[in-house]
Amino acid sequence: MSTATQTPAPGHGTQGEAHEGAEHVDPAALPASARRAPLGFGVLALVSLIVFAFNGPDQSVTFRISGDGDLFQVPNVVVPGLVTGWVITIALAALTVFAFLRVRSGRLTPTWSVVLYGALFVAGFLVWVVGSANNPSVSLTGLLAGGVALAVPLVFGSLSGLMCERSGVVNIAIEGQLLFGAFSAAIAGSVSGSAWVGLLAAMIGAALVSLVLAVFSITYRVNQMIVGVVLNVLVSGLTGFLFATLLESDAGRFNSPPRLPSFAIPVLSELPLVGRILFDQSIVGYFMWLAIPIVWFAVYRTRWGLRTRAIGEHPKAADTLGINVNRMRFVNVLLGGLIAGIGGSFYTLVSVTSFTRDMTSGAGYIALAALIFGRWNPIGAFLAALLFGVASNLQSVLSFLGTSMPSQFLAMLPYVITILAVAGLVGASRGPASAGQPYVKE
Amino acid sequence: MKLELREITKKFGSFAANRNVSLTVEPGEIHCLLGENGAGKSTLMNVLYGLYQPTSGEILVDDLAVEFNGPSDALDCGIGMVHQHFMLVPVFTVAENVALGSESLKGASLDLETTRSKIREISDQYGFAVDPDAVVEDLPVGVQQRVEIIKALVRDAELLILDEPTAVLTPKETDELLAIMRQLKENGTSIVFISHKLREVREVSDVITVIRRGEVVGSVSPQATPGELAAMMVGREVSLSVTKAEAQAGEEALVVSDLTVVGSNGVTLLENLNLSVAKGEILAVAGVQGNGQVEFAEALLGLRKASGSIRLEGKELVGRSVRQVLEAGVGFVPEDRSTDGLVGPFSVAENLVLDLYKDPRFRSGLSLRKRAIAANAEERIAEFDIRTGSANAHAATLSGGNQQKIVIARELSRPLKLFLASQPTRGVDVGSVEFIHERIVAERDSGVPVIIVSTELDEVYALADRIAVFFHGRLMGIVGPDTPREILGQMMAGATEDEVRATPPPDGDGGPQPPAASQRDAGPSGDDPIHHDGRAVPNAPWEEQA
Repeated sequence: MSTATQTPAPGHGTQGEAHEGAEHVDPAALPASARRAPLGFGVLALVSLIVFAFNGPDQSVTFRISGDGDLFQVPNVVVPGLVTGWVITIALAALTVFAFLRVRSGRLTPTWSVVLYGALFVAGFLVWVVGSANNPSVSLTGLLAGGVALAVPLVFGSLSGLMCERSGVVNIAIEGQLLFGAFSAAIAGSVSGSAWVGLLAAMIGAALVSLVLAVFSITYRVNQMIVGVVLNVLVSGLTGFLFATLLESDAGRFNSPPRLPSFAIPVLSELPLVGRILFDQSIVGYFMWLAIPIVWFAVYRTRWGLRTRAIGEHPKAADTLGINVNRMRFVNVLLGGLIAGIGGSFYTLVSVTSFTRDMTSGAGYIALAALIFGRWNPIGAFLAALLFGVASNLQSVLSFLGTSMPSQFLAMLPYVITILAVAGLVGASRGPASAGQPYVKE
Repeated sequence: MKLELREITKKFGSFAANRNVSLTVEPGEIHCLLGENGAGKSTLMNVLYGLYQPTSGEILVDDLAVEFNGPSDALDCGIGMVHQHFMLVPVFTVAENVALGSESLKGASLDLETTRSKIREISDQYGFAVDPDAVVEDLPVGVQQRVEIIKALVRDAELLILDEPTAVLTPKETDELLAIMRQLKENGTSIVFISHKLREVREVSDVITVIRRGEVVGSVSPQATPGELAAMMVGREVSLSVTKAEAQAGEEALVVSDLTVVGSNGVTLLENLNLSVAKGEILAVAGVQGNGQVEFAEALLGLRKASGSIRLEGKELVGRSVRQVLEAGVGFVPEDRSTDGLVGPFSVAENLVLDLYKDPRFRSGLSLRKRAIAANAEERIAEFDIRTGSANAHAATLSGGNQQKIVIARELSRPLKLFLASQPTRGVDVGSVEFIHERIVAERDSGVPVIIVSTELDEVYALADRIAVFFHGRLMGIVGPDTPREILGQMMAGATEDEVRATPPPDGDGGPQPPAASQRDAGPSGDDPIHHDGRAVPNAPWEEQA
């Protein structure tokens, strides 16, 4: 039963392609969730018909790709709003029919079609939303670069969740890790006067949250969800209290950390589109570009990764092969904390240089959603986080362009996407089988 | 490898699961550990595999005392174990599962290629036909078991522990496994074979050690008769066959026609099932687990949506609620008593009236009549010989056999028009099996149509007046109780009865030859089951091989 739809399952190494052939499952093996894909496709295609096509903008929409300082100029993309809306709607409808036929013949909706569908829908939405603004021209580079910046803490949060959940511990406490990381960075950075000390403190702070999570959920086998939620509330209360009593009263001493360096790599950063996204970053942003492939490699290509995935799926099997399940879970949860801490430092050492009460404002939960949307895969989680980041950034970009759309609606967007994603409307999502269950040796 | 256990005692609190157990496994020997469920076989093997530490006693490998603090120590000593519930990660490939725990590395990254070539090597040597890149959850159970064996062999296991390896296999797969065991033995691997199935044990073992209540009762040669072995296991003489008179089949009571069940994901779980059961006869449903038996029972009870028709004495049951079906006179013993048959934290007395709480005997108005419930409990406990400290003890604290007696007592304590029992003796001690089988036959003799769903062929043979074989949700045929094992086995693997009869099975592997008469009453499946003549039945197939 290949439930995990057609994700090219990097876990299965080189036979990923060979396995692809096995998609021709007898309808018997189709999980109920896989049958939802055509439904989700259909609903969104209908949205596209009503919004992008019937209510499509009459004016042309311009997407700027090159900036002034770029090495060479790429011409702007100009598309007619209404026609694009119709073209995309028809394409979405075609994909819906395709998915429906596949499921009816007992086969899964392939991943490429989900990705293509998502890309088309996002394009349609962009054309429609920019087209309905007073000034229908937007810099694609700015939109993406801003989205990446907003995605940075989400990505680190997701990777932290990934480390924990792949080894079988549900980490609801990502929010708490990010917030405590941000707080620790602010206070340590201010007191020491060094942003690097702040970064280190952020990692240690978030790892402390992990430590509590690990002790209660692994050692004492308390329900992992409850520990996670309680930790979030605890960290929020604790940092809020210390903020009011300490940081606010003497902001100069305790709440004015120096900024971590940001720098552009010469030449490379002047490439159109990708230059600013990849090569003009804060140090934390560069860390992110490093962390994603490193975690991916570690999870899918190393002994540690194989064992981590095994204890998240079938801990007893790992135990009978001499792997110490609970020790490994403990270490992984701590490692996850260190990673989340880097993300937390982004708030107080990169984006602004002071801590405010509850400044992560739910990013940890979005990171958790990105993890699930990204199917517990580092690259998937990054793409999901990027989607959320771009959606948030769109809101501020559009307010500059002057759109008639209420900003509250745009602010809702990342959360709507989250619900659709987590509900599995765009393909089945199967997490580690033993996540959430403490391992008890008889 | 020579392995010796000396005076092993393992206590959990004050309860001794193993007491002074000593046994020696010689190199290249198949040593069987025979005992009932709960006799302490698995505990002993977990001690040997390092999962438990013995309370006292020692383990000697090649005459040197060793101490196992975990499975890795046992693995290092060359001891491998195939667990009853496979220890395989379902979403991993065969190679990943085999590599896990003893991975070869190439720099920082995994080197699965080495593992793959080792798997191919072993697979070729033993004719396993296992693809290293197949995902484990896509493989049939028999192949998964081979992956487990490969896991042990890759780690150079010289002694292999097989814990109830045949429980999940079809008869054909079982025969293949026994052949593999002999082959392993020829290559010098010692095997500890844990089982409670006498037929297999006698077929393959060199030495049989019988364990009862955590203690070694004695070692015997495989030439011992099944009766002797069973007596050692249980501690008293047991009759392995059920004494039952010829079925006095009456009129057709239950008629199932074109029953089809489609699962929530659109899968057909039961396809056009046609069968009927007459009053006073036992129809046994045979098949390997997961071939639609559970769905059949659930559809009958109204737990599952079904199309087609199920008529009990002319009344349609399809589309009725569970309550209505029960009121129509269906008694049901579910497959898994601990989750579906009982409420563990409820008392024995409460469990005995779980589906009778509406009965005016046990309630007045909105309240329950505690005294009547308690009196009922005393009565049933005596009648069904339920061994419990008190009627107020939690059902979960009773042994499996006694829990099962509660369920059966409850279901038989109201007038029935149909009795349906799934796996009535799974995990039940031999002593209780005897009792439960007698009760089932008594129910039949009182004129109730009975359906038994069982994956144990021995049980099917012991009880059945007719045998219906399920495969992939379809009925392969209904045959007489004297149909030989091989034919049933092939039907359970998906051959229709006519196909099996057309190609005579190869000789060997024992089992009674088909008596000429069996051709007669094994007519086209479900043709007209009423005219089944219900002749006397050879009840215990193993007796014939002795």
